[in-house]
Amino acid sequence: MMLDAPLAPEADADQRSGPDAQSHLQIIDGDVHPALRSLADLKPYMPARWWDLLATYGTRRRHGMSFEPYPKSAPRACRRDAWPEDGGPPGSNLDLVRAQYLDHYGVAFGMLGPLGVTGQSEVNLDLAAAIASAANDWQREFFTRREPRLRSAIVVPYEDGAAAAGEIERCAPDPAYAQVFMLTRSSEPAGNRRYWPIYEAAARHGLPVALHVFGASGHPYTGAGWPSYYVEEGAGHSTSCQTVVTSLVIEGVFERFPSLKVVIVEGGFAWLAPLAWRLDKLFERMRGEVAHLKRKPSEYIREHIWVTTQPMEEPADRTHVLDMMEWIGWDRLLFSSDYPHWDFDDPFRAFPAGMAAERRKQILTGNAKAVYRLP
Amino acid sequence: MSDDWTGAIDCDFHPRAPTPRQLGAYLDDHWRDTVEVRGIDTWETIAYPANAPLTVRPDWRDSGADADPVKAAEATLDRFGFAHAICNCLFPVQAFRDENLAAAFARAVNDWLAAEWLAKDTRLRGSVVLPMQSTERAVEEIERRAGDPRFVQVLMLVFGEQPLGKSVYWPVYAAAERHGFTVGIHAGSSYHHAVTGSGWPSYYLEDYAAQSLGFHTQLGSLVCEGVFVKFPRLKVVLIESGVTWLPPYLWRLSKFWRGVRNEVPWIDRPPEEFVRDHVRLTAQPFDGPPGAAHIGRVMDQLQSDQMLLFATDFPHWQFDGDAMLPAGIAPDLRKKILTDNPLATYPRLKRPA
Repeated sequence: MMLDAPLAPEADADQRSGPDAQSHLQIIDGDVHPALRSLADLKPYMPARWWDLLATYGTRRRHGMSFEPYPKSAPRACRRDAWPEDGGPPGSNLDLVRAQYLDHYGVAFGMLGPLGVTGQSEVNLDLAAAIASAANDWQREFFTRREPRLRSAIVVPYEDGAAAAGEIERCAPDPAYAQVFMLTRSSEPAGNRRYWPIYEAAARHGLPVALHVFGASGHPYTGAGWPSYYVEEGAGHSTSCQTVVTSLVIEGVFERFPSLKVVIVEGGFAWLAPLAWRLDKLFERMRGEVAHLKRKPSEYIREHIWVTTQPMEEPADRTHVLDMMEWIGWDRLLFSSDYPHWDFDDPFRAFPAGMAAERRKQILTGNAKAVYRLP
Repeated sequence: MSDDWTGAIDCDFHPRAPTPRQLGAYLDDHWRDTVEVRGIDTWETIAYPANAPLTVRPDWRDSGADADPVKAAEATLDRFGFAHAICNCLFPVQAFRDENLAAAFARAVNDWLAAEWLAKDTRLRGSVVLPMQSTERAVEEIERRAGDPRFVQVLMLVFGEQPLGKSVYWPVYAAAERHGFTVGIHAGSSYHHAVTGSGWPSYYLEDYAAQSLGFHTQLGSLVCEGVFVKFPRLKVVLIESGVTWLPPYLWRLSKFWRGVRNEVPWIDRPPEEFVRDHVRLTAQPFDGPPGAAHIGRVMDQLQSDQMLLFATDFPHWQFDGDAMLPAGIAPDLRKKILTDNPLATYPRLKRPA
């Protein structure tokens, strides 16, 4: 194994931002967050019965709170400079998303990842399905119909596998939808069979399944109970990502759906290499328990799992994170910014110094082409 | 690699857990009657299924080595010339829902360990199993063992009721620090919650893999709640946690802390510094890349040669033959792992037993 040689100074030339950048890099961003101006934005897309229920009782999520149990670090966890002048929240004004992000950095495609009121984590499964459908129509009307650089996610009410598969069937014919969208904290580990209809439908349509951090499972966020602080929740997202990957692999989801592609979003990535080592070792000891697996866990991971880069791990010694990238595989990493959230990764500044321009380009743009359904 | 293990200190050694009836002699009349009348014949969790390959290495299973101090010593201490082995008994006191039962059984387990193992081999040392269902009862158990220098550590499981940094547990740390006990957190669950934040995995393999996630949680909790600010002499050992998960988690924790440190203003330096000062890990299992070529890079990520403590994890099947440490560890580091680091981590090891 050889690590990349440090960048020559002139190689930094393609780090220019502004309009120039468009001609240098066609950035593909795996995680851009749109926002409703207000709940009323969903109303046109919801049958009256479900809209009335939502308007009267609100969302009822599996953690007992109407929003999130941990107060965020900033209003709506957003950059303070991302609030549009029209009074809506960050991510709700397409013009600002264009000016501040898409145009400024020369982003070719941004994958929308709707959070908030999307029906995911909702306890009433019929309401969950109605909100998810509305969230999908809303993305299409407000964003992707007007801005082809943004690509929609098919938000699925994943606790109801059949309804989720139905939503995939409904949206998949429209090429504006680039991926299926789930959250990492599901009520059962993500590989369990109640979720298989989702993977079956996604694989059939050639759509990758993104699992984005957050969600409420109905269990404490950790197997040891509820932590106290947002900082613990934030750092701990990598544990729910590991639960997802472990479950998908060990339950045999990739044996059953051999063309399935999975993207883990907003959990960082460095944890993936040690997890693969751990699973391989346990597989060697106890393959009799999981006789449905034909290959080592690391082989399924290497073939079926991609990870987005934000929030980029920043060890004191940058070579440590480059080692991790090497061990994970350079082709498995997809750039993501998390715009407009507070921990936004700037596509030109987030990567560790010393990474070869070629590698950076691969992560910023090349790898994503093999994953998402893009024009 | 040198094959000289003389003087090494084995920081994770498991005598086979007794049955409730075997503990009868160490329970008072009320609890002994309880075991009989209520028919508590077995008390086991799903953490280490008796016949699972991981639970007992095949050659040790054949000889019954973990059930007898003489055979156990033949397989480990005598064979390699270890100076000490620290006994961590995994009788699942923590799984009781009744704190009175838990306290009675914790006391019995510790008495049993002292009589059936520590008294039979002067090289053995013990961990005090704590009934963490009640902070008060846990502190009582620490006080009860403080005068016995053979006990060097207090023991809790990685998955309990609440994250271990919470202030409800601070009297336990105060008592441990006062008496020079190291705090050991071992893989395993009280199973008062599912082992993952997404519920129950289907396979034992997943349950065991998920143990390392619990260590992420506990490290974050101990640091962020300020346990190491409050108890500056406290040492915590993560036992059977795996090793290589640690650097990536510390990078995340330190980065989030930089971003939102106003939430935990008592944490005035990066979390990774607290961890390097206060936290150690046993070196088995070692979830490393295949082959020796990358071990040096992985070790370098720990940013310290003081973090790892030698452990066999006897009788769990973590390695074959005598390959107790991963190949590729430099000789200086090896010496630290085998003896220097354990001695620096367990102050009570230096007391005459």
